Amino acid sequence: MTSFRLNGREVSVQAPEDAPLLWTIRDEVGLTGTKFGCGIGQCGACTVHVDGDAVRSCVTPTGAVAGRSVTTIEGLDPKGEHPLQKAWIDAQAPQCGYCQSGQIMQAAALLKANPKPSDAEIEAEMTGNLCRCMAYIRIKKAIKAAAAKGVAA
Amino acid sequence: MNAIVDTPAATPTRRGFLITVSAAGALFGLAPPASAAQAYAPTIWYAIDPAGVVTVHIIRAEMGQHVGTAIARIVADELEADWSKVRIDHVDTDPKWGLMVTGGSWSIWQSYPLYSQAGAAGRIALIDAGAKLMGVKPGDCVARNGAVVAGKRSVSYGEIVSKGDLSRTFTAEELGKLPIKPAAERRIIGKPGGAQDIPAKTNGQAKYGLDAKVPGMVYARPKLPPTRYGSEVVSIDETDAKAVPGYIRAIALDDPSGTVPGWVMVYADSFVAADRATEALKVTWKAGDTAKISEADLQARARALIADKASGSQVVEDPGVDAAFTAAKSTVEATYTTATALHFQLEPVNALAFEKDGMFEIHTGNQWQSLVLPWLAKALGRKEETIVLRTYMLGGGFGRRLNGDYAVPAALASKAIGGKPVKMVLTRADDTRFDSPRSPSVQTLRMAFGEAGRVTAMEHRACAGWPTQAMAPFFMPKGKNGQPYDPFAIAGADHWYNVGAQRVRAIPNDLANRTMRPGWLRSVGPGWTNWALESFMDEAALKAGVDPLAFRLKMLDATGRNAGSAPSAVGGARRQAAVLKRVAEKAGWGKPLPKNTGLGLATSFGQERDMPTWVACAARVAVDPASGAVKVQKLTLVADAGTIVHPDGALAQMEGAALWGMSLALFEGSAFENGEPKDTSLDTYTPLRMADVPDMEVEFIPSTEAPVGLGEPATTVVGPAIGNAIFRAVGARVRDLPIRPEAVEAGMKA
Repeated sequence: MTSFRLNGREVSVQAPEDAPLLWTIRDEVGLTGTKFGCGIGQCGACTVHVDGDAVRSCVTPTGAVAGRSVTTIEGLDPKGEHPLQKAWIDAQAPQCGYCQSGQIMQAAALLKANPKPSDAEIEAEMTGNLCRCMAYIRIKKAIKAAAAKGVAA
Repeated sequence: MNAIVDTPAATPTRRGFLITVSAAGALFGLAPPASAAQAYAPTIWYAIDPAGVVTVHIIRAEMGQHVGTAIARIVADELEADWSKVRIDHVDTDPKWGLMVTGGSWSIWQSYPLYSQAGAAGRIALIDAGAKLMGVKPGDCVARNGAVVAGKRSVSYGEIVSKGDLSRTFTAEELGKLPIKPAAERRIIGKPGGAQDIPAKTNGQAKYGLDAKVPGMVYARPKLPPTRYGSEVVSIDETDAKAVPGYIRAIALDDPSGTVPGWVMVYADSFVAADRATEALKVTWKAGDTAKISEADLQARARALIADKASGSQVVEDPGVDAAFTAAKSTVEATYTTATALHFQLEPVNALAFEKDGMFEIHTGNQWQSLVLPWLAKALGRKEETIVLRTYMLGGGFGRRLNGDYAVPAALASKAIGGKPVKMVLTRADDTRFDSPRSPSVQTLRMAFGEAGRVTAMEHRACAGWPTQAMAPFFMPKGKNGQPYDPFAIAGADHWYNVGAQRVRAIPNDLANRTMRPGWLRSVGPGWTNWALESFMDEAALKAGVDPLAFRLKMLDATGRNAGSAPSAVGGARRQAAVLKRVAEKAGWGKPLPKNTGLGLATSFGQERDMPTWVACAARVAVDPASGAVKVQKLTLVADAGTIVHPDGALAQMEGAALWGMSLALFEGSAFENGEPKDTSLDTYTPLRMADVPDMEVEFIPSTEAPVGLGEPATTVVGPAIGNAIFRAVGARVRDLPIRPEAVEAGMKA
């Protein structure tokens, strides 16, 4: 059994400690906003925050988050109104939407660490997140818009 | 009249599809509501409830194109609805919907007349009933923003549904004759606004096939056989699998439909356990006879077939082609190839299946429900009417989910354990091994020149695996020589250039069809035919000593069979010439550029001649002469897609499709190795990422012509525009897609 904080509440899960956190969150806890894309940490669809850092939950063992704080897309903002989520809607960024939870979580970690990133810094941080619809122009636009307003706004 | 269009109504032209769809709608005229307190459904396509909320039923899959919003806009505009009260509803399968397919960039083009007339019918009925409530004549009323208005009085649609007399009915014939508003009267179509599906895609609430669950379900992952077809299970050794906690059992599936021969399904109480048990399970197969086939074998077969003058189907066969080549002052010939390409939709294929109350339920994302239902019926040994596909968002479609083959093993896995719920999930490597890839292709093009460089004849021979032959052979028309062909695998070769006597020959690659289940991949045939055609046009212009833009424009003269016709191709090649001229002007064609930098042009009519979407692209690239590496600096695109229904969605489709084209040209491409695609994940299959995105400018030509499709057309112009730009930058002609630096480097030395 592993206990950790998930979106601000304590959870205890039965999944084996070596089971990927992604499937524990999706199938045992039942939060399905975090997606499965490649399973080898290279598409970013499964991105969550562990103690505020963006990590790939598909290659993070469940046991590794014992006693730590995990945030998923469902917990990023209680009303789903994080400045990035609002910017994502303003920019009409998602197409199929499947990668977007991971994109938003990655971008949220970026802006927390670097509230005014340059274009090059945005590209460097986000290039690990594949958008197969290739909605990159709008994803970048949304990040810049949120950064311009200030993420804490 | 173009040869490819001039086929009997029973053949799979777009028009054929349209008739099928329309017929389904026409069965249902206006019917009176069950009771005044209930929702009013003027046609099967939407209903209005007593609160005035209009719910539009969408039979198209949502895979990123915001199709529900666009179709709802069509209804709402003609209905004069209050847009803030319009909702979209993606429906499950039901025979009443008729043909259910989302592909070919058809959705808006096909839906526009049907949903417009449905909206008009509702508006007329509501005006009649509203006038009666107000005690005025219908002729003194107008419908606006969800209400019927007479002077200073008005009554809302909700009130009319609650209290009014909505008994007016229309015959199917009357419904089909209802006029659609003139463009100047449009209030919702073409106006700014967001897509209804987007908010749920920013907060984790959108539900995809992978998110489907029911109580008591078990998980399953397949152990895939070594070949797509022809492998047989010899033995299964569970010893190591049994050591995996949560492992339940493994079953070799019995598939009467032949969709997934040789599959072994591994059941467990979680996906993680199923995944690990599948790795641990040992299965011995007698492999199918394609187990050693390589990309080179597939290409060699295509080259042999291309060389055989008798092979294939004559799609266009004008008189005098051979005579023109014999009499030519000069000729030009070139051969082009495209490599195997993967869909790599981000959500690996999956399905949840179970039997409940006499019905078999399949919960999954799908683009062509009407195609997979018969496969499921055959596999399960039950009637189609007892199978229902529940609808989910698609984590990418791109044509992969037109082929719903993955629903079959999930259904069989459930049937094998008495209809209990089974959630089958493929890993990424499973998904790519089981992909329905874009077949490799080989094409040879020839052109003949007469006196003064006049173009007198052209021949285009194309060989590839044919998705429609593999999965929907009933949609294959016959060529002039009586041989059937896959219309989606040759479209594009039947272009709008006047080239004198023209021949187009479509040749199926039988070895590809046995080795893989060739797929419809975003833009399908034009993905390879336009690579060849538009690269060749620059080569031919060079041979003729003419500027590539002028060379094309001269042939896009909109005469003869290229003059165009109503309803969807008004203006013909004149409109293709217009987008090409405009993109050249925008991109600065003819202006000097720095060393090793080039601007290349390409154009397309989109998917098929009877639904042309006119597109042109200018690509500006810089080539590193030392390595042959290509950097795309800017893509400029101009499109004429007729009426634009949902402008922001249309722009998003252009942006995404153009980057797809660039990704396929420079970043993707795989190869068959030992009977399977060799790249199975992102470690070696490397689609374009954010850092690779060039500057981009997109313009739509303002138009009130019939709306046509935008999901695919921009895909096919980018590759040849880049290839042509490389030539203009450093003199290297590339003829193989994807374009590799080594090929550019070799071309510079040639």
